[in-house]
Amino acid sequence: MAVLETKGLTKDFGGFVAINNVTFSLEKGEKHAIIGPNGAGKTTFFNLITGHLEPSAGTVTFEDKTITGMPPHQIVRLGLARSFQRINIFPRMTVYQNIQTSLIARDHKHFSLFAPAAAQNLQETAELLELVGLDTEATEIAGELSYGKQKQLELAISLAENPSVLLLDEPTAGMSPQETKEAIALVDEIAKTRGLTLLFTEHDMSVVFGIADRISVLHHGELIASGLPDEMRNNPEVRRVYLGEGDDAAA
Amino acid sequence: MGWSMPRGVLISCIVVLVALALIPVTESRYLIDITTEIMVYALFALSLNVIIGFSGNVSFGHAAYFAIGGYVNAILLTTYEMPLIISFPLAVVASGLAAAFVAYFCTRLTDIYFAMLTLAFAMLVWAIAFKWRSVTGGDDGFVGVHVPAFLDDRVPFFYFTLIIVAVSIGILWMICHSAFGQTLIAVRENLTRAGFIGVNTRLMRGAAFVVAGTFAGIAGAIFAMYNRGVYTESAFWTESAQVLIMTLLGGMYSFFGPAIGAAALYLLERFANEYTQYWPTVLGVILLVIVLVLPEGLVGLAKRIKARLAGGS
Repeated sequence: MAVLETKGLTKDFGGFVAINNVTFSLEKGEKHAIIGPNGAGKTTFFNLITGHLEPSAGTVTFEDKTITGMPPHQIVRLGLARSFQRINIFPRMTVYQNIQTSLIARDHKHFSLFAPAAAQNLQETAELLELVGLDTEATEIAGELSYGKQKQLELAISLAENPSVLLLDEPTAGMSPQETKEAIALVDEIAKTRGLTLLFTEHDMSVVFGIADRISVLHHGELIASGLPDEMRNNPEVRRVYLGEGDDAAA
Repeated sequence: MGWSMPRGVLISCIVVLVALALIPVTESRYLIDITTEIMVYALFALSLNVIIGFSGNVSFGHAAYFAIGGYVNAILLTTYEMPLIISFPLAVVASGLAAAFVAYFCTRLTDIYFAMLTLAFAMLVWAIAFKWRSVTGGDDGFVGVHVPAFLDDRVPFFYFTLIIVAVSIGILWMICHSAFGQTLIAVRENLTRAGFIGVNTRLMRGAAFVVAGTFAGIAGAIFAMYNRGVYTESAFWTESAQVLIMTLLGGMYSFFGPAIGAAALYLLERFANEYTQYWPTVLGVILLVIVLVLPEGLVGLAKRIKARLAGGS
């Protein structure tokens, strides 16, 4: 069953078509990777799905609801959360508060003027901190964490929303090989235990082929192929536009 | 309850409260008057900081809500001879409603456009006060405010101000440290991300604006009675600029910073005026210092000194 679908999704930036007529579906429970060279439109695709950008044409459907043109905060509430390629946290707040605030928002308590912040969602915040391995950094200022840890924090912020579908935009970008391995193991584990449907973009082909159930390939804003990892590996067009040029499968 | 104030801050608050309560014992009219005014400005600056320090927007028109609180309270007390117990809350509600109206438009925008629109609305309030002579007294000001008899003397008025300001600041502190306040900081820190954790950021920024306007109205309502009058200047942009400088001078990232900034700027102005006619020049220098070396204000400076001392020992 498809949880997320796009039909004829198009984004035209004043003549530059970043996403061109993309029809795509994400099956419940799968781990689906979107790959493609730089500038293929992966991030724009995510931005269109999550309400960060408004499509020029086409529709986005989430769990049979049309969400095209909805603001991000409403889409998140439906259970579709995301992380960002460039780190997107609340830098001057503590690690703890970053996660706690996300939980406060999930529980619709952000308009509670007289509920002490310090008393909200304590247990769940602690659990999420532990889950992503940041329990010892709880009181640190989020913006002062190492890059890898900020990525983990960002993941925790997204998980706090209790999504059914999580979009990860290059979850391992900028990480060392060791960090990448750990991060992916973590994401894999969380997806399993929480029954998450995962849609992610990734440059590291070992990561992609390591965890994806299905792979879609974007090229110049068009979806040129979609299928099982083995099919993609052997698809001549995919090899030509992507895997062939600067193959970083070895990286 | 769950409220937790750091011990040092709590002790400082109690010390300041006790010291303030003892001011009238000195029987110095000068001291009592200065302190009354500082308390009003402290509340005014703290209210502005809900917009600046917490929601991350700059308002160049915060004086409008101070003035509305003042005018409404003064007019209801004097023209309509209402009792204070009615006029005062109505004045505060009027400020809050005006802020809600302005917020509806301003929160569509961010950054400099937001700031400019707040300024435009404040100038509108000023123009209404200036032109609507039959109600506001126009540029002569609204004079001869009927202050209830029990507040006629300086000392009872001082205690009235102290109680209202202390309770207001207490409520503001709770709001700023509530689930709402913490989410507001998230909105300031990262507007986009706040949207992606499910927060309607426009509504949050609007709510912050209304809270700020409401508490500015309280400060304005007190001030109108203290001065026995309200003048168009109270809505003028220079007044908005002054409270903005107070907030920045104290430090926008700390809850109490703006109150400290209000006291500091007020006292500086008092002393500067005794020695020179060039207060605006002095103010300019203060502003330069804030922008260039004290981005987090006096509170930030105090923290840096403390850190330096701790590191050096």
